[in-house]
Amino acid sequence: MSERVQGYNFAYLDEQTKRMIRRGLLKAIAIPGYQVPFGGREMPLPYGWGTGGIQLTAAVIGDDDTLKVIDQGADDTTNAVSIRRFFVKTTGVGTTEKTTEATLIQTRHRVPEVALKEGQTIVYQVPIPDPLRFIEPSETETRKMHALQEYGVMHVKLYEDIARYGHIATTYAYPVKVNGHYVMDPSPIPKFDNPKLSESPALQIFGAGREKRLYAVPPYTRVESLDFEDYPFEIQQWDEQCDICGCDNSFLDEVITDDQGGRVYVCSDTDYCHSRSEDMVSNESAGIKKTVALEQTKTPEMTCE
Amino acid sequence: MNNAMMDAVQAANRDSSMQAEQPLLTVDGLTKLYAPGKGCMDVNFNLYPGEVLGIVGESGSGKTTLLETLSARLQPDRGSILYHQKEGAVADIYEMTESRRRQLLRSDWGVVHQHPRDGLRMNVSAGANIGERLMAVGNRHYGDIRKVGLEWLKAVEIDENRIDDQPRTFSGGMQQRLQIARNLVTNPRLIFMDEPTGGLDVSVQARLLDLLRNLVMELQLSVIIVTHDLAVARLLADRLMVMRRGKVVEQGLTDQILDDPQHPYTQLLVSSVLTP
Ligand SMILES: Nc1ncnc2c1ncn2[C@@H]1O[C@H](COP(=O)(O)OP(=O)(O)OP(=O)(O)O)[C@@H](O)[C@H]1O
Ligand SMILES: [Mg+2]
Ligand SMILES: [Zn+2]
Repeated sequence: MSERVQGYNFAYLDEQTKRMIRRGLLKAIAIPGYQVPFGGREMPLPYGWGTGGIQLTAAVIGDDDTLKVIDQGADDTTNAVSIRRFFVKTTGVGTTEKTTEATLIQTRHRVPEVALKEGQTIVYQVPIPDPLRFIEPSETETRKMHALQEYGVMHVKLYEDIARYGHIATTYAYPVKVNGHYVMDPSPIPKFDNPKLSESPALQIFGAGREKRLYAVPPYTRVESLDFEDYPFEIQQWDEQCDICGCDNSFLDEVITDDQGGRVYVCSDTDYCHSRSEDMVSNESAGIKKTVALEQTKTPEMTCE
Repeated sequence: MNNAMMDAVQAANRDSSMQAEQPLLTVDGLTKLYAPGKGCMDVNFNLYPGEVLGIVGESGSGKTTLLETLSARLQPDRGSILYHQKEGAVADIYEMTESRRRQLLRSDWGVVHQHPRDGLRMNVSAGANIGERLMAVGNRHYGDIRKVGLEWLKAVEIDENRIDDQPRTFSGGMQQRLQIARNLVTNPRLIFMDEPTGGLDVSVQARLLDLLRNLVMELQLSVIIVTHDLAVARLLADRLMVMRRGKVVEQGLTDQILDDPQHPYTQLLVSSVLTP
């Protein structure tokens, strides 16, 4: 608690606002995937920085939480660093980069590679909460469409992809159906991460600051990615593997290394990649050859094999 | 349209008309007024399966208001519209749940708008426009949806290689034909049309009317069509309703009304068309 600055309420928001957001969250958890309006507050950060996620985090964070903040999978980007510093200053809670040690994770654009577990809460920053908005500008109408499950237009979008590109070309913010009812925008995560949303033991909450909407996927809830029978949902795959840790089934970022077009691929989830590299080093010192480690590294909480 | 599809539709429509000589729609005392004389007032009629009813009258007489009220898109002030559902039961469309009403509108019914932009999605392909209703009623097979799309393009005389083009690249006549295909794809029993040939060149109009007439006969569709063009009414409608200032002043068989109008207003309407 030592780092906490004086003069602000715990986690910046006043208690009444936090209660209001928590009431909204309870409703959202009770109706998985349903967008709940909330009286969003102005935050000392611009909208694009994830004020929706920040307000949700502020409303649920407690003294005993350990916070992890990631942006595009990394803990050390400006956005992640700023948000983490903001909460350290206003709450004094401990932080971590390790997914396994965090109780609360705020994220933009990725879901950690390591499977989340019971007791963890993940907060997603959302720019546009309504997946129907692209086709129907009227809020009254989209509410009705959600209530009556009139989701034909979502498949129109996928149909257009196939007609134009020969496959479903949507790769981010790929729409999902939650608990067999509401169609939901999973936020701009890669579709690679969509399967992680389904039946997750963790609580997943989503906040859109500009549009003042929040929604939730409670633990162990079915989340299906929309598709066609003859064009089933597929996640991204790479021929390459991570240049640092050798993982061949994590989400990879392409990094340009020189002006000659040289490039390497590295895990987008930096914590995941670090943990694997550390394990490799310790395996090596135990006498196992690195090449073998690259192929076979396996630790209990890791999915890469 | 392929033959199997046509047979299935005809058989379905024949069955439902045979098991019931009952009207498809029973309209009683239907009233929707924006102001005195503006809208529609105390409208009564029956529409039987396979019948084409024309609504004619001068601009502002309430034709569109009546059509919107009839097609479950505009809550009336008074009156009832009983619909004889596919499953057999008769229900007042404004006493159904909104969900059921909207479901009817995208499956059993169809609406062809005067302006294609109101009835089409201009920025998605023709194929997706036709396929949307199929997807809305749960079809999840891209290949099937596409196949049906091609069949319907052919049925409404649009070149099949336009399937991936957006309707804004189509001519007005093609847009209207696409709108028709988009509606017919779910084998509806009842189609509402508001001036479907309005704004089209005469030759284009003639082709569209021809197509409409054939489809209506082949598919044994029931149609309620609004037009202020008596030639259109003569060609398509079995029966006519003549509106003036929100009221139906005369109704009956099309030939009777056009050849031997009883009401002075109808006489005026008919004569003004005969003397160009
Ligand atoms: N939403 C509305 N609010 C107020 N008045 C309306 C509204 N819609 C229509 N009206 C009025 O009701 C009357 C009937 O209009 P309606 O559009 O039904 O006529 P119409 O017979 O379809 O005319 P047209 O041949 O020009 O399309 C007109 O006087 C019109 O101005
Ligand atoms: Mg009109
Ligand atoms: Zn890696």
